[in-house]
Amino acid sequence: MSWFKTCNITLMNVGLFIPCYVDQFYPSAAIASLELLEKFGVDVTYPMDQTCCGQPMANSGYEQYGKDAGELFMKNFGDFEYIVAPSGSCTLHVKEHLLSHDGTGPKIYELCEFLTDVLKVEELHVSFPHRVGFHSSCHGLRGLHLAKPSEIVGVDFNKPVSLLEKVSGLELVTLDRKDECCGFGGTFAVFEEGISVQMGKDRLADHLSKGVEVITAADMSCLMHMEGLLKREKSPVKIMHIAEILNGNSIHS
Amino acid sequence: MAVYKTHAAAADEFLKDEERTHWHDDTLWHVRTKRDTAAQKLPEWEVLRENASQIKEYVLSHLDELLVQFEKNATANGIEVLWAKNAQEHNEHVYRIFQENKVKNLVKSKSILTEECGLNHFLEEKGYDVVDTDLGERIIQFNDQVPSHIVMPAIHLKKKEIGDIFHKHLGTDAGADDPQYLTEAARIHLREKFIQANAAITGVNFGIAETGGFVVCTNEGNADMGTHLADVHIACMGIEKLIPRAADLGVYLRLLARSATGQSITNYTSHFHRPSAGKKMYLILVDNGRTEQLGREDFRNSLKCIRCGACMNTCPIYRRSSGFSYGSTVPGPIGSILSPGIDLKKHSTLPFASTLCGSCSDVCPVKINIHEQLYKWRQVITKEGDAQPAKKWSMKLAGKVLGSPAWYNFMGKSARTALKITPASLIYTKLNAWGKKRDLPEVPKESFKEWYKKNRK
Amino acid sequence: MSSKEQILAAVKKNKPDATGLPEHLSYPKEEINQLIEHFQQASLLNGGKTIVIKRLEEISSYLQVHFDKKLQIVSLIPELKGSLDITTILDPHDLEAVELAVLKGTWAVAENAAIWMPEENLAHRALPFIAQHLAVVIESRHLVRDMHAVYEKIKVDDPGYGVFIAGPSKTADIEQSLVIGAHGPRSMTVFLLSE
Repeated sequence: MSWFKTCNITLMNVGLFIPCYVDQFYPSAAIASLELLEKFGVDVTYPMDQTCCGQPMANSGYEQYGKDAGELFMKNFGDFEYIVAPSGSCTLHVKEHLLSHDGTGPKIYELCEFLTDVLKVEELHVSFPHRVGFHSSCHGLRGLHLAKPSEIVGVDFNKPVSLLEKVSGLELVTLDRKDECCGFGGTFAVFEEGISVQMGKDRLADHLSKGVEVITAADMSCLMHMEGLLKREKSPVKIMHIAEILNGNSIHS
Repeated sequence: MAVYKTHAAAADEFLKDEERTHWHDDTLWHVRTKRDTAAQKLPEWEVLRENASQIKEYVLSHLDELLVQFEKNATANGIEVLWAKNAQEHNEHVYRIFQENKVKNLVKSKSILTEECGLNHFLEEKGYDVVDTDLGERIIQFNDQVPSHIVMPAIHLKKKEIGDIFHKHLGTDAGADDPQYLTEAARIHLREKFIQANAAITGVNFGIAETGGFVVCTNEGNADMGTHLADVHIACMGIEKLIPRAADLGVYLRLLARSATGQSITNYTSHFHRPSAGKKMYLILVDNGRTEQLGREDFRNSLKCIRCGACMNTCPIYRRSSGFSYGSTVPGPIGSILSPGIDLKKHSTLPFASTLCGSCSDVCPVKINIHEQLYKWRQVITKEGDAQPAKKWSMKLAGKVLGSPAWYNFMGKSARTALKITPASLIYTKLNAWGKKRDLPEVPKESFKEWYKKNRK
Repeated sequence: MSSKEQILAAVKKNKPDATGLPEHLSYPKEEINQLIEHFQQASLLNGGKTIVIKRLEEISSYLQVHFDKKLQIVSLIPELKGSLDITTILDPHDLEAVELAVLKGTWAVAENAAIWMPEENLAHRALPFIAQHLAVVIESRHLVRDMHAVYEKIKVDDPGYGVFIAGPSKTADIEQSLVIGAHGPRSMTVFLLSE
């Protein structure tokens, strides 16, 4: 396909990091991430010994129990030039707690920002003729600055949304609260179950009132939480990782 | 050993009334959007936040010198400055001043510090009738409650409930709940109290080191009504409320009201430097754990707080659990990083009452890294004795599994297989909490790793 | 050790490394018409009202229409006569029946309609709070853009008290419904004298 050349990139050495729960429960999001990178001519490798970055333990207050996972992560990814992950949350954890802050060693990117900032993708050549709600996951939003948070005063931008806007036929809805948290929050989802569920229900109500067919996000964890609520309510609304939409996948049944 | 209610348990009680939860959430979200509108009008907003943070950084790093300078200038102005190590000493200062000046009737305007010190309770035990004059505070005082929010103390009450409270205490018409009518009743009731008072207690929003004066902000004008009519004014101030220069007020006053309620400024911003002729002005400087917090490198920035309450209004957890669920004088995100420093055991669940979404840090006018401090308190709390052994055990196990590719692959496959039979047997304990109202994800036939092995290797 | 010494010692021991202070902020002055427009908008949002006048005499004709002359009116504007002579009042409690106070402001801020009222412009500190209604006269040449600018003009500790008044006494403590007239003035009228 000749349009790859417009991206004007040379092959780069990229390690694909697939968060543990995506690997286990949402392989289609991981496959889409891989295919998407391959489409753009990236030399992407998936280290087979990877597990997790250690975030679940650290965010629960047990940094020490996440140490082994963190060390394993560095063993698997330490030699890459770039690490790309289809998760803002895991990317942020790796960036803040595992990688060096002095400019040496690998650089990690969340998938969307890798597409917009490194590959500088201009066209996607895919279509998704559906009404879509975009959930702005917090760690990507505020930690990685994938978009301008609504609290901040400044020039508006949104990297994941800028990619969705390149998908033909995709109709993006405007939410009442464009970047409120969904209530997942890792172990918060179980230890503060009541609030977590209420937050998820409220977030969904915002999307549903706009008539969405699909809710997407750059983090599968938020979507897993919202999907759990949707399924319990037997809602026809589907969740899809943004990589799946950008890769041209259709709604899975 | 005292058993403290967890935030989650208290939140569940509030959540039982889903209609009220929505009402509370919408009300506070509305305040947050007003704040956004006000902030967006100032292109220099982020510069202001940065400056406000830097000035407070300077204050914390020069606090001893500034306190001495402040005391010297205030004393020269005719203000009597008193020092209090803790709440007890603060309350005793107030009591002694009352006795010396033969104070019988007092009025109070809003001060979170006096809440922190339990002053009302202390004075009531001494036989004083403490009259809070901020409308919201008067309402909750009638209702025998503490503030559920530091800027809007009665935000948890509906007007119908306030109507009932006023009917009982002020004799307003039964069932009347028009805010205009209720406010008028409070006005008449409190004017009488203002006229009778011989002492007025206020909080302090800012103490100015270079001029030895202090600033109090209100919309109702109740701080001024009280202080200008009474013979004795007692201002209670946390030591971190200092600013070096009067001109720094330009920065803070532009941020404070906009962050708090979306107003460009409170309608009254009073600068007190000297008592009126024949009157007395006291200022009590209170530590009560602040110097200790100053010594905690990871947490000292919390002392930059100017008590705008914006982090409460933006917090998705606060909005859905109300201030009382925190069980601390200052609730919400800022309270969750201040309170563990005061009583770690009592407030051990507060840093976990967050998804670490970070909205609190982005909304904070003095750029306190609130969500990062929540993360850091979690590390401290689990080390200093976690009250939840099940969580510790499951985290330790998860750490083991995720630290080893072989265990991970084995457990992943087993879990997925197990999930097909019964959802309750995942590796996490308490996972039943997930399943109460949410389905578990559908189990795929293979993991990505398995797919990759077949398709790419 | 006294409490003061203990607190200071604890601060000294626990404080972080010294950092510096940022420069004071200042922004370019706006055109006078823009200042007036911004002031009026802000005043309205605060629950106040602004009337642009060319001559001080316009105030008395306005007040005649809007206020009952039989009630107590205090004026600290020499050109405007009130019904109560403030010099006869020694105790601020005796101001309780004042219906309207007409005072002079020194500096006004366009961004938020705050007007600086130093003690010498109040006669009694309680006056602008205890009066049922408040009117403030300000000259448009004393309008500045923002709070940074106004703090360059005023002296906060001279003489002993000063207040920015930006609107009438208000509250929203009952279900966030705005009510004007909490404890103090039920209205605030600003007469903006523009030459």
